[in-house]
Amino acid sequence: MTELVIEGLRARVGGTEVLQGVDITVRSGEVHAVMGPNGSGKSTLSHVLMGRPGYEVTGGTARLDGVDLLGLETWERAKAGLFLAMQYPIEVPGVSLVDMLESSAVAAGRDRSAVSAELAAEADRIGFDRRFLDRALNVDLSGGEQKRNETLQMGVLNPAIAILDELDSGLDVDGLRTISEHIEAATNATRGDRDPLGVLVITHYSRLLEQLRPDVVHVLAQGRIQTTGGPELADELERTGYAEWTAAPAAASAPDPMADPFADPLA
Amino acid sequence: MLNPAESAALPGPEWLVERRRAAAERLANLPVPTVEEEVWRYSRIGEVDFESRPATTVAGPAPADIALADTTPAAVVKVANGFVVDIAVADDAVFSLRIAGDDDAAALDRFDNHDVVTAINDAAAPTPLILDVPRSKTVEGPILIVHENSAVGATVASRLVGSIGEDAEVTIIEHRTSTAGDQLVIPMVEIDVAQAARVTYLDVQRLHTDTWQLGQLSASVGAQATVTMSQVGLGGGYARMRADCRLVGRGATGNLAAMYFGDEDQTLDFRTFQDHLAPDTTSDLLFKGAVGGHARSVYSGLIRVAPEGAGTNAFQTNHNIKLSEHAQVESVPNLEIENDDVRCSHASTVGPIDADQRFYLESRGVPPTEAERLVVSGFFDEVLHGFPYGSVVDALVRGDITTKLDRRFT
Repeated sequence: MTELVIEGLRARVGGTEVLQGVDITVRSGEVHAVMGPNGSGKSTLSHVLMGRPGYEVTGGTARLDGVDLLGLETWERAKAGLFLAMQYPIEVPGVSLVDMLESSAVAAGRDRSAVSAELAAEADRIGFDRRFLDRALNVDLSGGEQKRNETLQMGVLNPAIAILDELDSGLDVDGLRTISEHIEAATNATRGDRDPLGVLVITHYSRLLEQLRPDVVHVLAQGRIQTTGGPELADELERTGYAEWTAAPAAASAPDPMADPFADPLA
Repeated sequence: MLNPAESAALPGPEWLVERRRAAAERLANLPVPTVEEEVWRYSRIGEVDFESRPATTVAGPAPADIALADTTPAAVVKVANGFVVDIAVADDAVFSLRIAGDDDAAALDRFDNHDVVTAINDAAAPTPLILDVPRSKTVEGPILIVHENSAVGATVASRLVGSIGEDAEVTIIEHRTSTAGDQLVIPMVEIDVAQAARVTYLDVQRLHTDTWQLGQLSASVGAQATVTMSQVGLGGGYARMRADCRLVGRGATGNLAAMYFGDEDQTLDFRTFQDHLAPDTTSDLLFKGAVGGHARSVYSGLIRVAPEGAGTNAFQTNHNIKLSEHAQVESVPNLEIENDDVRCSHASTVGPIDADQRFYLESRGVPPTEAERLVVSGFFDEVLHGFPYGSVVDALVRGDITTKLDRRFT
């Protein structure tokens, strides 16, 4: 049984404290959705957990089965079992999927010679054209192909916990269904020596959640989890939007010259 | 600068002996250039020791065979210490490839090359190589010229003069190594590309890291003709190559590309000149390289559009990766435009390994050093595979690149 425990996580980007104390616990087999308006800190959360340069952790913890993730380098987090499917996968000219995953296998003490076959098998499973396997990473791939590519890598890397950042953007309905079913299956069964996959879905819209039903839905706004509920919360958000948790913009953007500059903006 | 007595000892027809004598005489009066001159700015010309490096007067052992991956050459030329020692051409070849003989005096005069580098070549090249491809002939497979220099403490000059007829097509690959380090090499290539002809020239420079080079590539491109001049620069202590592409006929095209990787104490110095002398001409330049250790790279290029160059399209891009804080990169693109009806652009970047690319690989479990290595290796892969005969060139230089990557990323 694997457990990702995020407690009181605070982080700063470019001088602004975007995360102001986030608490989420994801266990094996569970699907958690983090929803929220644009700018609420959703993507920051995913980047901070993976250790992207430019994001400064200012407080709190994130532990994977007791291991302090925030003290590890990015590649060690991956090795520990964390995976991030990126909203905007990065192009790496001249480097193929096989090259990368073989290096990853070696670093994890696994057999590199098995990678090629695993990749081909996984590609067939999610309907990712095999001819893309030899291409440079994310170069000349459509948005949908990039997302399939992210899912494909997840299948080969076999993580304990996967963070899926806006996985649905760029995918058509069929692609979304295939990938959702695939992820759903991974959350329902043990995979080799791994427990079922735990998933943290980060999304603005509930489109993905109609295919990949979450067990728990969190609303992230203004840097904090504002409320947590069951799958019905996603449906409700689809109807009502996030207005309830966003500050009135006019009031927020006009600074009061007499205000205490050190006051908690959410107080 | 170069002892005339040495060049007098070199073989050849009368006109060539006289040509060498005249060049040696000219050299005696030519001042050594200084870095004050724009074309020698950032160079190490002041450190070149001309005096103690006499011209080679004897050929060395013939170079070993070079295998080209999945490719059969149309001809193989072996050059030892600047001396052409073997020319292997099929009997039914559609072209002529020979050492300059009695009737070839005019060929060496086709280009207006009159600086110190070309004067040394004139005085010291023992066996200028002449290539003629008649009109409408297509040469199947590349002409491979293999240089291997072993002379210690010498000046080694080589020269190729190509005349490619109307609507003809040819590819030339030069592969250059030196086994003895202490050496000054003066390679020179002059290619005249007639109307509608297609020429690809590739220079694979893998000299010893103690060898110095001052080189000159020149192409003159006629109407509707295309020349592609690609360079791979890996070796040399100070290795300079100047590439001049003169687009002289309407609708001529010149593509210039280079991939370079310097490390330790190397200086790799590239000068380019895209000269638009006729209407509707196009030039495209892409130079990409990396430097690590205490190495330095210099890219300085000029796009010039003459008043006659209406409808010119000219592009110039230079990207550099700096792999260590001690490495240095100079990148100086220049434009000189004397016609209003042109489309020109230049871009140059210098930076460390892309942080986002690194992060992406690391997020998949690749350790930082390995991630950097993959990114840099991929950078070179991408450039090489954009070259004509990309996989052939890749096979020739992959070992050198790996050695350099191993030195940097361990």
